[in-house]
Amino acid sequence: MARLVVLGGGVAGHTTATFAARWLGSEHEVVVVTPNAKWNWIPSNIWVGVGEMKKEEVTFDLAPVYAKAGITYRQAKAVSINPEGGESSDQPFVTIEYTSADKAGQSETIEYDYLVNATGPKLNFGATPGLGEGSQLGEHTVSVCTSDHAVHAFEKLTEAIEKMKAGTRQKILVGTGHGMCTCQGAAFEYIFNIEHELRKAGVRDMADIKWISNESFLGDFGMGGLHLKVGGFVVSSKLFAESLFAERNVEWIIGAHVSKVEEGKVHYELLDGSTGEEEFDFSMLIPPFAGVGLKAYNKAGEDITDTVFAPNGFMKVDANYNAGAYENWKASDWPKTYQNPTYKNMFAAGIAFAPPHIISKPMSSPNGTPINPTPPRTGMPSGIIGKTVAHSVCALIAKGENAHLHEASMAKMGAACVASAGKGVFTGTAAAMTVYPVVPDFEKYPGTGRDTNYTFGEIGLAGHWIKHILHHLFIYKAKLNPGWTLIPE
Amino acid sequence: MSKKKIVAEETNFQKNDAFNLTMIPGAFARKMRTCLIWQFIRFITINIKMIIVVGKSH
Repeated sequence: MARLVVLGGGVAGHTTATFAARWLGSEHEVVVVTPNAKWNWIPSNIWVGVGEMKKEEVTFDLAPVYAKAGITYRQAKAVSINPEGGESSDQPFVTIEYTSADKAGQSETIEYDYLVNATGPKLNFGATPGLGEGSQLGEHTVSVCTSDHAVHAFEKLTEAIEKMKAGTRQKILVGTGHGMCTCQGAAFEYIFNIEHELRKAGVRDMADIKWISNESFLGDFGMGGLHLKVGGFVVSSKLFAESLFAERNVEWIIGAHVSKVEEGKVHYELLDGSTGEEEFDFSMLIPPFAGVGLKAYNKAGEDITDTVFAPNGFMKVDANYNAGAYENWKASDWPKTYQNPTYKNMFAAGIAFAPPHIISKPMSSPNGTPINPTPPRTGMPSGIIGKTVAHSVCALIAKGENAHLHEASMAKMGAACVASAGKGVFTGTAAAMTVYPVVPDFEKYPGTGRDTNYTFGEIGLAGHWIKHILHHLFIYKAKLNPGWTLIPE
Repeated sequence: MSKKKIVAEETNFQKNDAFNLTMIPGAFARKMRTCLIWQFIRFITINIKMIIVVGKSH
């Protein structure tokens, strides 16, 4: 019997574990280690943050789902990996620390034959002074990164709306809280959902809404932007993003590294080296992401974290980490199998893998401050990578170490993305986009780096319907309800 | 003197220099975004496009 241990129960980890459990059957064991008791459909957190959904609508208990799937579930966080085993055995193991109420703080080791690191990110609020401490959200701003954060955000937004109704003008600032953030899409969705809700509440004219982001241009989204075919032209996403902001009267500050957050004020540095301050009454700033801080030790107990993980804490995989300058970057730099190059029985999936470099053009201010989005690896890519890794692990278990590994390079993978701009069955809108491939391949697609026949986007009610349907569809799939394997990632 | 008709969609151009350099949809384009018949057609079309991209990605 082989044992697969999956660290993390988000989109990538849940996908890996559930498919592996299904394909391996009861002959082998799948263990999931995740600090959370509930699964969270994170894309809908923005609707919790504006009060259009309850927390219970975007989460569900993991334990009964894993029991149904025959998966061993440990509500704990992974602390360290010993890929060579310990003093008494060569069997590799992970050390975990329980987070469940009944065993909180207790440690345990779990031996494994195969390990998939799908821990997702550490929400690194502490990277920006005033934004928070470590992975804890601070008191000056709100977040929609977790369902609890989103509930808190809605409480604060409600207070701001009440003030507007009472005649007090409010400044709303939404965006990224550091020069190296990713996930601009979530902030993009939140700012336009706020704008939509303010119009519904009849107080839109009482709010000054502003966007602040580390993107060098609106519509970058951490992918270097995209080009769309519209009306016979091929145009940059910059034009469409700016159009939406202008239409909805949302001003923007871009190329900004938020360097400090205080009560009611952010300090920022721009790509031209200048600095500024922006006051706010309500602010949602996405934190930068980092690895969760897993340590790795060899058989002698020596720290080999630098061998297994990149400096940002994400796990090294089969990517080209020596691509050098931007001019040398290629689509082939991106990983295909997500196998750790040192320990072949370890894989990383979703946000947990270390990308070879960013996707957007690297930029920094004259002061040397890097200000560019880091690569998005959430949603559809996370799910596809999780399933691919599950395929590979199952092949290795069934056929041995020479089994063919499955591949899912982000440079050969597309993504469908629906960004809400307001919720409502008849009044909602969302930007529905597809991009192919996620990582541009300028050798295959000179000019835009992508296939413009499969890269498109438009905003409208249809997009909202699709986002709402996907909400129910993916929660249905994650609960492993009948037919769940037929729903694509 | 005849009264000038104010085009609502164009007023935002004046609010910000950056707004002035982009495009803002007119009344027809905005109406079509929530027109049920048109959006139902777009719903079908977008779904087909997304299924093709999803299919190419697996």
